[in-house]
Amino acid sequence: MAALLVSPTLLVLGLVIAYPVLSALYTSLFTAPGIDPKTGFVEDGDSFAGLDNFTSIFSAAGDRFWNAFWNTSFLTLTSVALETIIGLGMALIMHQALRGRAWVRASILVPWAIPTAISALLWRWIFDTEGIANTIINTEVLWTTEGFQAQVAVIIAEVWKTAPFVGLLTLAGLQIISEEVYEAARVDGAGPVRRLWSITLPLVKPALLVAVLFRLLDALRMFDLPYILIGPGKESVETLSMLAQDEAANVRFGPASAYAVVLFLYVFLIAFAFIKLLGADLLGDRQSGNGKPGARKRLSLMPGNGRGQQKEATA
Amino acid sequence: MSAIERRLLRCTAVTAALTLVGGCGLGASSVESGVSAKERGPITYVAGKDTSGVVPKLIKRWNDRNPGEKVTFIELPEDADAQRQQMIQNAQLKTDTYTVLSLDAVWTAEFAANRWIDEIPESSFPFDKTLGPINGTVAYRGKWFAMPYTSDGALLYYRKDLLEKANVEPPKTQDEMREVCGKVLKKQPGMSCYGGQFEKYEGLTVNFSEAVNSAGGQVTDAKGNPHLDTPEAKRGLDNLIKGFRDGTMPKNGITMMEETGRRAFEKGRLLFYRNWPYQYAVSNTKAKTNKVVNKFGVAPIPGEKGTGASSLGGHNLALANTARNKATALDFMRYMTSDEGARMRLTKASQAPVFTKLYDDPKLAGQFPWLPVLKKSIVGAEPRPRVVRYGDSTKVIQDEAYAALTGKKSSEAALKSMQKELNALKP
Repeated sequence: MAALLVSPTLLVLGLVIAYPVLSALYTSLFTAPGIDPKTGFVEDGDSFAGLDNFTSIFSAAGDRFWNAFWNTSFLTLTSVALETIIGLGMALIMHQALRGRAWVRASILVPWAIPTAISALLWRWIFDTEGIANTIINTEVLWTTEGFQAQVAVIIAEVWKTAPFVGLLTLAGLQIISEEVYEAARVDGAGPVRRLWSITLPLVKPALLVAVLFRLLDALRMFDLPYILIGPGKESVETLSMLAQDEAANVRFGPASAYAVVLFLYVFLIAFAFIKLLGADLLGDRQSGNGKPGARKRLSLMPGNGRGQQKEATA
Repeated sequence: MSAIERRLLRCTAVTAALTLVGGCGLGASSVESGVSAKERGPITYVAGKDTSGVVPKLIKRWNDRNPGEKVTFIELPEDADAQRQQMIQNAQLKTDTYTVLSLDAVWTAEFAANRWIDEIPESSFPFDKTLGPINGTVAYRGKWFAMPYTSDGALLYYRKDLLEKANVEPPKTQDEMREVCGKVLKKQPGMSCYGGQFEKYEGLTVNFSEAVNSAGGQVTDAKGNPHLDTPEAKRGLDNLIKGFRDGTMPKNGITMMEETGRRAFEKGRLLFYRNWPYQYAVSNTKAKTNKVVNKFGVAPIPGEKGTGASSLGGHNLALANTARNKATALDFMRYMTSDEGARMRLTKASQAPVFTKLYDDPKLAGQFPWLPVLKKSIVGAEPRPRVVRYGDSTKVIQDEAYAALTGKKSSEAALKSMQKELNALKP
């Protein structure tokens, strides 16, 4: 009976997750046909290539792949780190602001609501050689040319767009912290800084970790922002998704799928490591992760922060 | 799953998703070829976004005359890459949804080699009446695969008012251009000499090819063999690098695309600007940021020792391999590419024609002062690389040329790896 009841869900999951993944894996084993030098026509049918597409990623196209790999990792790390800090700051402010709080919350989400492609176009104007960015800092930086400044442009645009997302998730975490905890701390003589480090951060950690995990997974697939803001084929911001797109656009679906599979594995690995190392309570199987009872229990262990920190120490 | 089942599955999924007209043709092998076409009936015309509004008018006229062979216009996005992708998707699904395709001039070899488009009979189009170099963009391995539809060549836009004030003629060579700039720019603070399209995109391939062609070199020959290890090619690239080093081109010239450069020209930041004919009408339209209305003229682009050699743009009409009613399609292609259609597209949408006759028409030349200049530009033009793997080739050219222009590589090293990689892309 139970199996019957979940079967529609499983069917949908199978259709939208399992089938595309397996299909990509299957496609990645084939290679596009070559051209018959005599007739000048492309030969018929894709031919089975085994793991050739994967080996060529790491050998023939190795330079391009590793460049994209480090770009993806660098852009993800820096932008997610900045987003977390700024998002947390936003959440703390939103949590405090009493008058017009709902309005502030709604407006802070505007960047998140704008489609990435559109925000990339907006930032392209800002980073134009005669755009606002150059006017404000009073220089003539060529933002969209190859180099570190292109990476900076992408990071700024990315952080602008996604920090509100982190902020909102963190705010939800902040709201479930009981006011009594703060009162107790104040009675014990803890100052604002001490309260932030010993109460707010540990208690908001579960929500924050989920937000960071979501952002990591999303940022690793980064495509539209560098593609539109800086342009395709620019080495300094070329990401793994852009490599897959480039192959697919040139009608080589085998290698394109191979890149997609490699990216999938990388994202999967990062997510797995993140959950294992930092103990993000994504599956909700540890009751202490959120909710008041857990929070209370942790408070009694202050400032050791209970299980979360123990886990980190052992990991 | 068998191949047919797989195809069916994808086919239904895609038609369902896109709710396209027509169904999925599975009997692709039974479809007649363009050369022996006899079937008649309704067809579709597939082209990028029609900003001029001329295409629906032309189609309506056809539909009124041929009620049994109605044409439906399928409008694709404005972006060329998106158009190409949708056409390729259609070809791979082997549907008969698309019949007549409007192809960018550089796609012919790729579409022909993959048999996505049919060979067309020599007798179906007056190939001898077009400006010569245009035919190079519709042939693959000596056979015709498309009919020339519109053309495009480079023009040098210059500030007529400033040149007249300094009492100089528009330059024919790059050295003359530098001289003119030396005279004029002294009194024009904030203005640079020359601009083109040097951002890393298709425009860079166009401008790089023009630089090489104008120095007497060749990027690839008609058979697709690269010739970049020549002294001419090196001189061509060096001319561009020199332009950036000595300040002939502004520092932000490396980020210019057609529209960014046009705006710079209209703001008075450039004395000379290389662009396509479309700018003529735009820059003559009054706007707040446009200072050049009626103050500019056009000339052929300057070369090393004489007039430069332009790259060829434009669109051609081709017949999709998996389509039905190909006899109707060929007639429709002839109608669209005819003298009558070309005239209408020129007068209503400023699209450059392919026929010599229209360029020599004094009435039209009076109406479109750029027409005689464009004729010179196209007659001396070279098609961009005619290679099957165009997408990869243009990326190689952009990568290496960009590295050389930004000083990351020497021109020699850049051309050497360009030559090597283009050779590797050959069949």
